[in-house]
Amino acid sequence: MTEGAIATVSTIAGSWVSETIPIAGVAVRVTRAGVGPPLLVLHHDIGTLERLPFYEALARRFTVLVPSHPGYDGSQRPDWMRNVRDVAAVHQWLLGEIAVTRDAGAVSVVGLGFGGWIAAEMATQAPRAFRRLVLVGAMGFKPDRGEIADQALVSYIDYVRLGFADQRAFDRLFGAEPATSQLEHWDLNREMTFRIAWKPYMYNPTLPHLLGGVATPTVVVWGRDDRIVPLECGERFAKALPRARLEVVEGAGHFVEMEKPDELAQLVTDFVSQGEA
Amino acid sequence: MHLMYFTEQPMSAYPEDEGRAFGATALMFSNRYFDPAAGSRLYNEYLEHYRLAEAVGFDGIMLNEHHNAPFCMQAKCNIFASILAATTKRVKIVLLGNPLPLAENPVRLAEELAMIDMVSRGRLVSGFVRGGGQEQLATGVNPAFNRERFEEAHELIVKAWTQPGPFRWEGTHYQHRVVNPWAVPLQKPHPRVWIPGVLSKETIVWAAKKRYPYIALSTAIEATKKIWELYDQVAAETGYAGGPEYRGYLQRCHVAETEEKAMENARQFMWMQGEFTGLAHPVWSTPSGYFSPSIRSAFVEYAVGRRSNPRGSAFEDQIKSQMIVAGTPKTVIPKLRRLLEETRPSILGFWAADGFVSSADTKTCIRLLGEEVLPALREIGKELGLWSPFEANSPVSMAFPESATPAHERAPARHPTPLQVS
Repeated sequence: MTEGAIATVSTIAGSWVSETIPIAGVAVRVTRAGVGPPLLVLHHDIGTLERLPFYEALARRFTVLVPSHPGYDGSQRPDWMRNVRDVAAVHQWLLGEIAVTRDAGAVSVVGLGFGGWIAAEMATQAPRAFRRLVLVGAMGFKPDRGEIADQALVSYIDYVRLGFADQRAFDRLFGAEPATSQLEHWDLNREMTFRIAWKPYMYNPTLPHLLGGVATPTVVVWGRDDRIVPLECGERFAKALPRARLEVVEGAGHFVEMEKPDELAQLVTDFVSQGEA
Repeated sequence: MHLMYFTEQPMSAYPEDEGRAFGATALMFSNRYFDPAAGSRLYNEYLEHYRLAEAVGFDGIMLNEHHNAPFCMQAKCNIFASILAATTKRVKIVLLGNPLPLAENPVRLAEELAMIDMVSRGRLVSGFVRGGGQEQLATGVNPAFNRERFEEAHELIVKAWTQPGPFRWEGTHYQHRVVNPWAVPLQKPHPRVWIPGVLSKETIVWAAKKRYPYIALSTAIEATKKIWELYDQVAAETGYAGGPEYRGYLQRCHVAETEEKAMENARQFMWMQGEFTGLAHPVWSTPSGYFSPSIRSAFVEYAVGRRSNPRGSAFEDQIKSQMIVAGTPKTVIPKLRRLLEETRPSILGFWAADGFVSSADTKTCIRLLGEEVLPALREIGKELGLWSPFEANSPVSMAFPESATPAHERAPARHPTPLQVS
């Protein structure tokens, strides 16, 4: 999509609008819908489907903004980008370019998996910038006991399936045998992940030391059956962040928003709406 | 012609049933199945075979390296190159090659190669490779930057070889505040660089632009012709004429006293049960970012098992297509003549045995090749005008348009003026 282009798609929750905004020399694509306080949703390393019931549910209460991380989901690849903090800085910059997110303290952030790591990095860069923070199955911490699953060793399909506790949810969303175009899409996203998170793989050893300054109230959400990022990482996030608690979702794997969309949307809505005027 | 001996250095002494049960014989197949006693015996047998190859008349010994797999137990070609530098007298030591992207410190590689060149008295041919996909995973190197690292490391090594230090290198993937290796190669302007490959168009184009000979690794004759078509086209665009001195080929070729014996042993070229790199999860050989973006859809389908390996085919088919040649000297020579006539390489590597072929049979094969096949091929080479880079005295590269010569044989300066690397 060219810079500044806008596309509109109608859905039950209203219109989804997509636009591209030039940030750091690349066109960053943002999709948005809904009305209400601004809520930034950061997607997984596998990218995101354009529409998800989870997004629709949030759009009933919030102005939901879903940017594509640079280089993901067909967006322009920044060749210079080398780590997850670079992505975090791009999203910080992006928030300043959008009217509804420009006011410091107004925006809440939901980070999903890899997006949770980006959200945590954003919070350390600007410890008082966000209203509420929700980290779901976030990467970023080196586990003490287990390991973060290495996608380099498994096929695209097997990796995504690993993130579901219930394979029927995968089949519903992607089909039992995803199309080649979907595989290419996952391959491009995987390549971008390798470019910015190859070594150390999927964590930042300095992140735990910097979370102590984050003043934002946070809920850390984990699928009980997350086979990609072990639950112990959730426990460690909740401990390292001064104002955080851990919520475990039963019957969900790593992709909580795709397996338990209503439950997660309710949890986010309740938490983010707390203390609203 | 330049005729080389090659072996993958197979580690046949591993429990095959364990490999089948695990479903893979590479990368994640546990090294608990490596037998160091067999390894010690095999390494020494391979050294014996190399020395025999020199004795029976081969011009070069070709070495390579791989990681985490029994199909090749040579984990660092510079180690065997060092041994051969001291224990052989005449043969070229042809590394095809050092996998540059795996190097965290290319300057160190430049030093090692300079030492090998000096110890061997100027017999080094220093090929460079990108390394297979599995190699990136086995060494923890980012596959997404494979080609960038290959090109930058190459540039740094050539500069370290040819430009007096100290200098500073602030690259994209390598940063060295002081580059000043004390050891530099004996051959000036620098040892010859040959580039082997299987598949990637990008590598063929890159080699042709540099004017480096390209060594096609056991590709089918028709595919090989396409490689030379592309190479020659890029050569013409670059300003020189391609030809035999820029063409190399690695031929799987087993020779024995009888046809039956040769065919039986040649089946061992298939011993890894899959493609030549063994059974593996397809995604290991094609990690994201490693393969050419122009064929992404084919690779993603291969990676999930929807497409068979474009490189693998049955033994009988490979015999028919001459990807494997086997027989007595009398029957293999016409087949090799066909290869030479149709694809016109001047550099020919003989991958002579694999798998469980006994040391005795391997030695017979080397001896028969040396005594009967190589002399015939030299005559055919003359007849067809297949002059090797050494015979043709061809330039080392576009950047260094002169032949490689040991420093002491090269008039007049001991410390030649450095030439600019473009």
